[in-house]
Order: sequence, then structure tokens, then C-alpha cells
Amino acid sequence: MSKDLNSLVGKPWKKPPFIQRGWLRWSLVLGFAVYMVAAVLTIEVNWARVYEGLERGKQFILAFTSPDFASRSGDIWDGMLESIIMTVAASVVGIGISIPIALGAARNVAPLPVYLICRGIIAISRALQEIIVAILLVAIFGFGPLAGFLTLSFATIGFLSKLLAEDIESMDKVQAEAIKASGAHWGQWINYGIQPQVMPRLIGLSMYRIDINFRESAILGLVGAGGIGATLNTAFDRYEYDTAAAILLIIIVIVMALEYLSGIIRERVQ
Amino acid sequence: MPVQDVQGQKVWQRRTGRESLFHWLLWLAGIAVFAYCWQQISNATTWFFVWDAPSIAGDIWRRATPPKWEYITQLGEPIWDTLNIATLGTIIALFLAVPVAFLAARNTTPSTLFIRPIALLIIVSTRSINSLIWALLLIAIIGPGVFAGVIAIAIRSIGFCAKLLYEAIEEIDHTQVEAITATGASRWQVMAYGIVPQILPAFAGIAVFRWDINIRESTVLGLVGAGGIGLQLSASLNVLAWPQVALILLVILAAVVISEWVSAKVRGAII
Repeated sequence: MSKDLNSLVGKPWKKPPFIQRGWLRWSLVLGFAVYMVAAVLTIEVNWARVYEGLERGKQFILAFTSPDFASRSGDIWDGMLESIIMTVAASVVGIGISIPIALGAARNVAPLPVYLICRGIIAISRALQEIIVAILLVAIFGFGPLAGFLTLSFATIGFLSKLLAEDIESMDKVQAEAIKASGAHWGQWINYGIQPQVMPRLIGLSMYRIDINFRESAILGLVGAGGIGATLNTAFDRYEYDTAAAILLIIIVIVMALEYLSGIIRERVQ
Repeated sequence: MPVQDVQGQKVWQRRTGRESLFHWLLWLAGIAVFAYCWQQISNATTWFFVWDAPSIAGDIWRRATPPKWEYITQLGEPIWDTLNIATLGTIIALFLAVPVAFLAARNTTPSTLFIRPIALLIIVSTRSINSLIWALLLIAIIGPGVFAGVIAIAIRSIGFCAKLLYEAIEEIDHTQVEAITATGASRWQVMAYGIVPQILPAFAGIAVFRWDINIRESTVLGLVGAGGIGLQLSASLNVLAWPQVALILLVILAAVVISEWVSAKVRGAII
């Protein structure tokens, strides 16, 4: 130790490197640099087109200062209402379905076969993205909010069941055992031993998922699954930036309001 | 403790009478709202198509299987583009998110009154708009292509990364910062040696986590024309080439699974 110290005295201190092995550090840095060069080179940017576009970009940013809520108010209202309806219905159904699946996907509640089936459902639902599910469901069920509603419900199941199952798995066993010892049957065991422990988390997650569902419902319209997305797409296609800005502002305000609300509710239940 | 009297015997209840009435009303209101929503959806649906759905689904399944495996030779470049969109987008977003996060964190912001609300506004507005909408917007402005996808992913990720990062900055241990300050370090040195080492693990975790999400999102950006494998998907869908669609969906699924595996491994190694 003292020998180490003697040899170090007089030399300025240097930060120890993040990765100790020199060759690994340098090969990682080099590999990253090579990848970056290759990636940047393969991106074709038409700078003339970008330069032309800057004018439109400026117009769009200016449109945010004077959004046009009035001239397409009917379309905006209908689209928003449809988005909200889809969000509410899909959240209710999705949460309703995901609670039993979450119970099935918790190893300390469910037997192994049920566990594997429920985990499989969760994995499928999480791997497929909303927009791809929406495309398939629109092809199967036709245009309209039903496809969007089913998409959002399906996506909710994967998200909520996984996180809820993790919470059930990490719960306090003692309470559940106490309920069981009092002679409760399975339903009472779930209702009084487990449910009170995971309820705060379930409410918090549900609020968060409603927030996500609303945001997602705004894009489902791009593929014909109902909601504000179709109106927004039309506004962009017709270069009506002031209407598009109005829609985006409404989305931002609703998301902010939901986030604020969910913050209050989560604080109260936790 | 709420107790109910049943034939001279006291029975335990979970809630008092008023509480259970309130709960009942809440449930009633909730169910009424749901019923209204369902009615609206039902009115906007052509039920004939829905009853027909199983046969349509079977039909699509028959057309889509087996996937057209030889089409994979044409998917190499789109996959490379998708990877680039996600990676470059994440890197740009991180560069932009770090200053925003420092301006938004209560303990590092230069001014809580003016600059912090602006930083929070940037975070909320970039976060609440989906990357597909950003892509739509950028395509209208700078034209279709991979570049629009990169920028769309970058903008969308700023809010997410900055939010998680500023929460990490607010949770740092203050004694270390004070120790560095006590040595006579300048403001930047305090930043570099007192704050940055504490948030570096969180930063790396956020970066990998967002990269994983961005791989998912960049696979579908092509649907609106912003490059990547989504372009092939929308082209195949438009000509109803279901065997190609099936193959592309399999490739996207593989990409998502691999990226999730990589991100889980890297995060496990860091934290």
C-alpha cells in the first residue's frame, strides 16, 4: 500500500477507465466508430430538399402560435370523441382481461401449466406492436373504431398483466398465509390476501396505461382503425398546418391532464 | 370497525353503509360510461363484417402461409436502415436530452422559475406525440426517407430520456457533490466529478432501454414513408402480397425479440 502510494506521489490523478481491459475498450470504440461511419454513409439525405423544407418547417412552427381550432372543428371533435371512446372502452376491457391473466402468470398463485399459457399470451401481446395488430385487425374486422378498440385491449393485456404479475410474485406471503389459515376458500384468499396488497400498484398501472392508450389511439387512425389519427393525417396531406397544430395541441393538453390526474390518484392510493 | 347486525349477531363488514353506497354509485357511473362508449363503437361498426371475420381471418391465414422465404434477400437493406434509424435516432436524442435533463432537474437548473418550465414543456410535448406522427410531420417538411425517420425517432426519444434522466439527477447523493465543491472545484468540475459519475449507470440503462423501444418503433415508421422495413411492409400490404407480409412480420418479430434480449443483457451487465 505504502509502496503504491510512494510511486503515485507527484503524479497527477487520472480517472480510471470505464472498461479495465485495454484491448476490449479500444475494439469497442473502434467497432462503434466503424459502425457510425457506415451508418451515416448509407443514409441518403437530399439536402436541397431539406433546405426547401425548412420554409415549411417554419410555417409549421408558426402555426403553433395560431392554431386553427375553428374551420375543421366538426372533424376534430368527432375524431377526438372517437379516440376517447376507444381509450375508455379498451382500457376497461383490457384491464378486466389482464387481471385474471396476471393471476395466472404469477408463479406463486398459478400451477405450472396455467403459468406457461398466461406467460405465452403476455409474450405474444408484447412482441406485436399496436400498429401492426391494428393493420391485421382492420383487414379482418373492417375499418372503424372496433379494430382500434380490439388493438388497444390486446396491447393493454401484455403490458398490465406482466407488471401486475411481477407485483403479485413479489408480494408479502405472510398475509396471504394468514387468510388461508382462517379457512378461506380460493376466491376469498385472492380477495382478502392478495388483492389489498397489489391494489395500489394496479390502480397506478391502470392510470398509466389509460394515458398510453390515449396516445396510441391518436395514431391508429393512420391505418383506418378509428380515432383522431385519420383527421390528423388528412390535415398533413393537405398542408393545413394550423389545423394539424390544433390537433397536436389538444393531444398534448389531454396527455398532460391525464398525467397530472394519474399523479394525484397514485399519490392518494400509495 | 363497520359491523352489521344480522339476527342479533354481529357480522364484520369491510365498509360502512355510506362508503359502500359511494362505491356503488362510482361503479354505476363507470358502467354507464362504458356502456355509452360501447354503444358508440357498436354504432360505428358494420356488424356484418364482424360476423364474417373468422372466415376472413382463415382466408388471410391460408394466403399468408407459407411465408415467401426467398423474399428475404430483398430485406437486408431495409433491416440495416431500420437499425440505423433506431441507433442514430437514440444517439441524437441522448445528445439533446442531457442538457434538457440538467435544465429540468431541480438541483441543477439555473432558474426554477423560467428555465425549468420550458425544459418540462419540451419533455412533455415531445413525449406525448407518437413517433409516427413526428414522422408524418417531418416527411411533409423534409421529404420521405431514412433521414426523416432518424429525426422523428430522435425527437420522440428526447422527452423519454430527459424525463428519466432528470429524475435520476434529482435523486443523487448530495454529500459527494459537496465534497467535490469543498476541494475548490469549478461549476463544471463539480458537474463532471460530482454529478456525472452518479448518474452514469442510469444514463447507460436509459440509453439501452430507449434503443430497444426505438428498434420496435422504427420497424413501423416506413408505413408513413420514413424508411426502414415498414416501407416493404406497406408496399406488400398495398399489393395484397400476403406471403411477403408474413415473412416481414416474422422478421420484425425476430428483430424485436433480439433487441429486447440485447438490451436485457446489457442492462444486466451495467446495473
